[in-house]
Amino acid sequence: MDLRRAPRTVIDPKVRHVGFFAPPDRSQSVPLPQSSDSPPLSDLSPSGNSLSPVMIPPPRTISAGLPPNRLLSPLHRFSGDSVIPVGSYNPSEFASPSVADFFEDNNARSPGPRRSRGGGGSGKFASSLPAGGFELPPEVKPKSLTTVSVVSNLQPNVTAKVGEQSSESQDVNSKQPLKEKTSKAERRALQEAQRAAKAAAKGESSFVYLFDSMIFGFFLSVLRNIEGSPSIVILSIHFTVVATVKTGKANNVQKKDNSSSIAASSEKRAGDHKDKDRKKDVPHPRMQFDDTTRVEKAKKRAVVKQTEVRNRVELFRHLPQYEHGTKLPHLETNFFSLNSVHPAVYKVGLRYLTGDISGGNARCIAMLQAFQESIMDYSTPPGKALDRDLPAKINSYISFLIECRPLSVSMGNAIKFVKTLIASLPLTLSESEVKATLSSEINHFINEKIILADKVIVRHAVTKVRDGDVLLTYGSSSAVEMILLHSHELGKRFRVVIVDSRPKLEGRLLLRRLVGKGISCTYVNINAISYIMHEVTRVFLGASSVLANGTVYSRVGTACVAMVANACGVPVIVCCEAYKFHERVQLDSICCNELGDADAISKVHGREEIDHLKDIADNENLQLLNLTYDVTPSDYVSMIITDYGMIPPTSVPVIVREFRREQISSG
Amino acid sequence: MDFQVVVLAGGTSNKLVPLVSKDVPKSLLPVANRPVLAYVLDLLEQSNIKDLIVVVEGEDTDGLVENWISEAYVDRLHVQVASVGEEVGTAGALRAIAHHLTASDILVVSGDLVCDISPGAVAAAHRRHDAAVTALFCASPISGPPESGSSGGKDKTKKPVRHNIVGVDITQQFLLYIAAGMEVEKDIKVQKSILRAVGKMEIHADLMDAHLYAFKRSVLQQVLNQKQTFKSLKLDVLPYLVKSQLRSEILLNGAQAEENGNEKDSYNTDQVMLSQLLANASTPSFHEVYASGPNGFSPAERKTHKCCIYIANKTKYCARLNSVQAYSDINRDVIGDASHLSGYSFSAHNNVIHPSAVLGSKTTVGPQCMLGEGSQMGDKCSVKRSVIGRHCRIGSNVKVVNSVIMNHVTIGDGCSIQGSIISSNVQLQERAVLRDCQVGAGFVVPASSEYKGESLARK
Repeated sequence: MDLRRAPRTVIDPKVRHVGFFAPPDRSQSVPLPQSSDSPPLSDLSPSGNSLSPVMIPPPRTISAGLPPNRLLSPLHRFSGDSVIPVGSYNPSEFASPSVADFFEDNNARSPGPRRSRGGGGSGKFASSLPAGGFELPPEVKPKSLTTVSVVSNLQPNVTAKVGEQSSESQDVNSKQPLKEKTSKAERRALQEAQRAAKAAAKGESSFVYLFDSMIFGFFLSVLRNIEGSPSIVILSIHFTVVATVKTGKANNVQKKDNSSSIAASSEKRAGDHKDKDRKKDVPHPRMQFDDTTRVEKAKKRAVVKQTEVRNRVELFRHLPQYEHGTKLPHLETNFFSLNSVHPAVYKVGLRYLTGDISGGNARCIAMLQAFQESIMDYSTPPGKALDRDLPAKINSYISFLIECRPLSVSMGNAIKFVKTLIASLPLTLSESEVKATLSSEINHFINEKIILADKVIVRHAVTKVRDGDVLLTYGSSSAVEMILLHSHELGKRFRVVIVDSRPKLEGRLLLRRLVGKGISCTYVNINAISYIMHEVTRVFLGASSVLANGTVYSRVGTACVAMVANACGVPVIVCCEAYKFHERVQLDSICCNELGDADAISKVHGREEIDHLKDIADNENLQLLNLTYDVTPSDYVSMIITDYGMIPPTSVPVIVREFRREQISSG
Repeated sequence: MDFQVVVLAGGTSNKLVPLVSKDVPKSLLPVANRPVLAYVLDLLEQSNIKDLIVVVEGEDTDGLVENWISEAYVDRLHVQVASVGEEVGTAGALRAIAHHLTASDILVVSGDLVCDISPGAVAAAHRRHDAAVTALFCASPISGPPESGSSGGKDKTKKPVRHNIVGVDITQQFLLYIAAGMEVEKDIKVQKSILRAVGKMEIHADLMDAHLYAFKRSVLQQVLNQKQTFKSLKLDVLPYLVKSQLRSEILLNGAQAEENGNEKDSYNTDQVMLSQLLANASTPSFHEVYASGPNGFSPAERKTHKCCIYIANKTKYCARLNSVQAYSDINRDVIGDASHLSGYSFSAHNNVIHPSAVLGSKTTVGPQCMLGEGSQMGDKCSVKRSVIGRHCRIGSNVKVVNSVIMNHVTIGDGCSIQGSIISSNVQLQERAVLRDCQVGAGFVVPASSEYKGESLARK
């Protein structure tokens, strides 16, 4: 528990070394003179030029010699005045607003240098952007103009939750479009600063600040050492993961050697207390499937027999990939032995496994309904307490579902909701009351967060559909489908381009339904995207999740569509319910993704004559990669339509924060 | 898992005369020295099904089966035995015990099934599709080595009867058409609506109905109540459900209504949206496509139910004891190819000889043979690919090939038995020669007699 441990916590062996990785210089990372200072609030530049600890600061900023602590100050707002959500603590949440600011800032103020970096230093983003080396035309201004006009439209529909923001944008509305965004960023920064000030006044902000500054200091040092190496982005990601796990330790360490800082002894105690809570609530680090011992352990626990695929792509070894053929028969044979799994949950799991249900909303609803059913059938075993036994039961269901298919972000959020719900039940309720409450609350969640949210999204989005529009969508998103159908019902005349891709060809079902309703459609494969994009006026996309830095995590191929649209100056509108938002920050689609069945891409169903890979499937030189999701950077997203209104991708952290708080107050 | 299991043990089958009798009902016929019902019960026990209902046809046999189960499966299974009148058929048997059925799905297993296919697989497929009925089909077993003589002729007439014409969709998940053996003679009539809805249909003639069905309880009870004339599950209920799958007359007020119920009381548009959202996200089967009409919507909702099929892997063993030929085939397989079913551990010579069995000098027991407890054999005997039951007394110079000999059989010196089935308590006097014969219980075969392809029973 001294200085020497500080760097260890950071470069813990759990850091995954993906790509080539230069070990950080410890001596540089340890001393953090800035961190001991109390944050000079006046130091905050109104421009809000803040950087996230997990982002790569643009070289331009570094050369300007900004003191790093200044960059960190917005973090105070979170550590201080926001109630820390139980069970969802994650440093990335704290870091996120500044990330967003970074993006926004770059968008608004200096699109030029950023773009050029995107082109020149393509190595950095190579992993996150499928076309990192894509040269964007310098005249991107019209595009950003479109974006802004979209944003300025949002005030009539914004709900009270983002009231602050909407009033802000109203003010801004009269100003010139390009300037508007800058001033908005400024305003936000100012707001952050005020919050930070408040937090500092309360004096509760010490440890998170210290921790983050340490991480950041370390990160900077790493950066200095290996700047320009292509692995930085990945490294930073894993950084976040490690940070999540190690918060407790890091806090202790920091507190001891920074006795001169704001952390007074009394606070320390409070901090310790919080620490304890945290340790409990810190989410388990994502299972890394290249860690053999852990995989072995997990295998022993597993209900579903999983055979691992032999030829895996090296870069994706940390993700689970199993032979898809072996799971189902095993699960079927054990149908009657799986007594611990409720039939409804079993059915849902089976349907996940076979791909009968897909799509974030549907999977989430199906899971919640299965839980509801299992709760209704639940009876507390003698000698056990409901509030202990039921969560254990639910946990076993969840692990069963995960074995069938990895959870989506939407499901993760819903599970969090169910768990806080159970945890917050008053002990005085009888069993039947508990069941009734849980059931109605789950119904409430489904109705409010999914169904109503979709309705609100549709109402917002319909205003963006005009007569004569050509709308493009990719894959099959339930929200987008509703938007299209509703616009059609309103009598708007528009055409739809459905872009689809192998192997799932989900767009076909959407196509069938839309054509059935009498909407004029064009169906193309994603190969034709660059051709078709020229005639498109709007792109509507669905999302599996929207992350705190505005990144859109969605069906693989979405990034490509968004990027082409961006290059052609077509606004990209992402429709995503707010319950799918996540406080995680992700810059590439490597660290966290799902691997689908590799056979699906090597075989074409019903076309045996072109099955050229059949006999070499086991060849060790052949590695098949079927990614399920990809990540669209917020640069390519003009607007996100959510149930809280139409927001720029930079405002996602606000929603994430508000959403969490609301959940806590209601749960 | 909310499944109830019903084993239809049957009574005394006419097809198995003279092997069965009042004392030995079909379900207690020994296969490799264990009653055939034991194979089903063991299979269910392996799948962790501990609670089941055994339905026996006929009042007299009821007690026998009950005694045997209570002896063999005490502390292992919770079995309820119900007896129904004779000649009520499988549907009638279920009708009789309908009030005992409470779970949402019912697994109906025929008591004469000898297989190693997990019933869980059928149940899982049933659950997954939320089907009205799921049937297990397996590749028809290759009929035993064609024996020369009259029994070969008998096989020819029987073969087509055992075969079904089965139509499935290309994913081999849904049952689209079924015709049992008798109807095969006529032209096959496939419903246009089904063919139009599904697009492609595979017709199989090489599949055998294993008589293992998973029914949705509400559907089953409704069909049984509405169609009082239905006697057989296989010949009446299953074809009816398959034929009517696209114009379902069943009010699906059971489990399926829970899902569709939302639409019915459509006072809440949210609920409609919810169910639509779920429906859109799942890959629709042709039923759903059909139900929603040609253009994705229909003026009146068409009611459908799903009939699913689970086609077992070809490597699995599956056979039904429903004929004399099948009886000897199964006996041969259980101690031969499918020896894992028998539950015995085979010796180095690939045969099972009970330690208490006594073998005379120069007597050879070949591979794939079984010799039961307390049996005695004289000198210079030879046993090949045969099952010999308990407490048999076999004299010298006896040849037993490809045969089944049940318990307490006495065989005199110099007998030759080939391809025959000899029931319990039969007495074979010296130098009797039997070929492809079935001998009923207690029959006495006179000395030096020769029989070929005959069915011998006590008058």
